[in-house]
Amino acid sequence: MNKKSKNAIFYAIIVSLSALALISLILIVGFILIKGLPGITTEFLSQSPSKMGKEGGILPIIIGTLYVTLVALVIATPIGVAAAIYFNEYSKDTRSVRMIRFFTEVLAGIPSIIFGLFGFAFFVVFMGLGWSVLSGGLTLTIMILPTLIRATEESLKTVPMSYREGSLSLGATKWQTIVKVILPCCKSGVLTGLILGMGRAIGETAAVMLTIGGSMRMAESLLDPTRTMALHLYMLASEGISEEKTYATAALLIIIVLIINTIANEISRRMIKLS
Amino acid sequence: MEIRENEEKKFDIKGLDLYYGKFQALEKIDMDIYANKITALIGPSGCGKSTFLRTLNRMNDLIPGVTIEGDIRFDDENIYEKDYDVINLRKKVGMVFQKANPFPKTIYENIVYGPRVHGEKNKEILDHIVERTLKEVALWEEVKDRLNKSALGLSGGQQQRLCIARCLAVEPEVILMDEPTSALDPVATSKIEGLLGELALKYTIVIVTHNMQQAGRVSDNTAFFLSGKVLEVDNTAQMFSNPRNSKTEDYITGRFG
Repeated sequence: MNKKSKNAIFYAIIVSLSALALISLILIVGFILIKGLPGITTEFLSQSPSKMGKEGGILPIIIGTLYVTLVALVIATPIGVAAAIYFNEYSKDTRSVRMIRFFTEVLAGIPSIIFGLFGFAFFVVFMGLGWSVLSGGLTLTIMILPTLIRATEESLKTVPMSYREGSLSLGATKWQTIVKVILPCCKSGVLTGLILGMGRAIGETAAVMLTIGGSMRMAESLLDPTRTMALHLYMLASEGISEEKTYATAALLIIIVLIINTIANEISRRMIKLS
Repeated sequence: MEIRENEEKKFDIKGLDLYYGKFQALEKIDMDIYANKITALIGPSGCGKSTFLRTLNRMNDLIPGVTIEGDIRFDDENIYEKDYDVINLRKKVGMVFQKANPFPKTIYENIVYGPRVHGEKNKEILDHIVERTLKEVALWEEVKDRLNKSALGLSGGQQQRLCIARCLAVEPEVILMDEPTSALDPVATSKIEGLLGELALKYTIVIVTHNMQQAGRVSDNTAFFLSGKVLEVDNTAQMFSNPRNSKTEDYITGRFG
């Protein structure tokens, strides 16, 4: 076979494989949207569910989803950023640091139901937080930390050494250098980590199933039980409650993830433009 | 070396050894650096001149595995003493790097960074520092209308002058320059060289350079480094016209380097 036809064949393979990836994505999203969009009515968005979710809307569940995700992000961000700073700026490459790093990576690959089980044993039972927004949020915090630490660390690594030298040579302390020079360069990296973490948190079912309780009432405090959209979707589908509501919930979940990603991308783009 | 009884010593270096792990990068360096003079450090690549420069503001502290022996006295205090205040040292001994390294901030923010980390908050004083230092490096006229634009939009030569201004903003006594013009074109280079003479009226300057003509043009004293040792330190005119060491002569006249 000559070079030219080899080239053409490889090109054809690459194109068809990427088309396959794209088509399956479009099929899934399209299928869900076509089946689900008719169910997204103002009533669906503004009312509480009734009859186990067979009727009514999902407003408390939308709020519960955002609530749990927000709790996870608010707790995870400072911890994750601090850990990344420690690994990248302070720790030397010792055995114990390599161990911690290794465990962080392992943590990222653990099935989420195991986080759920741990969250149930530790937050719900041992700490006595009960099935609540807080228990679910804390469980998701542990789950998204590795992603956040990783993304922040990667972006810390891209900050040129010359910025650190410039700052230190002016008599700035290491802390001042980190806060005033290095971190501002990492804003978009941290944000990327947050988006990835948020994507994971918002769509999580198993980890919250055992920790937030699944109540369909509006959560009024951090210690109230609630239900996330992904969990609601799982309940509706597995118990065959309502096909229409199941697809409507799925479609809404996709739309919300899409909106959050678009906003985050836009913020990230503006930040890069500014610096 | 000539006896300079009436000149003030800024740095007094005695028996300085520096090791990267087991590799000895500097060997038994003895040198005096005089106030308000420009001292050039010359020598081929890898001879230790940049390493030596970085011992003077303890920038080598950042590199793991560096050990230093011997004495570096700055204003009669050993800067490698255990409790020596490195922050204060770096405030007094500023540094300009080989590649201009402005922060990804505005021109204004770059200059006020140093004063701010040292606690200056007064807007009027900061404004004044910006104008004073930019005038000192002859950049004021070029940038006064875009102080709030990113420093990364400046040309290479302008960026390097901004870095010098940023260094001046903390009112150092000494400025260390590590091949400050090696990445610049001839026009930008000559602008910076022109500055050096004026800066030497107020500051003590130590400059590492690869460029013999530059050392000859701008410096008062020159130290010639080879393989981690100082082979010769002297008045620049003296060294360039009548080097004592044959290796110095070979290097200056371009027989190796």
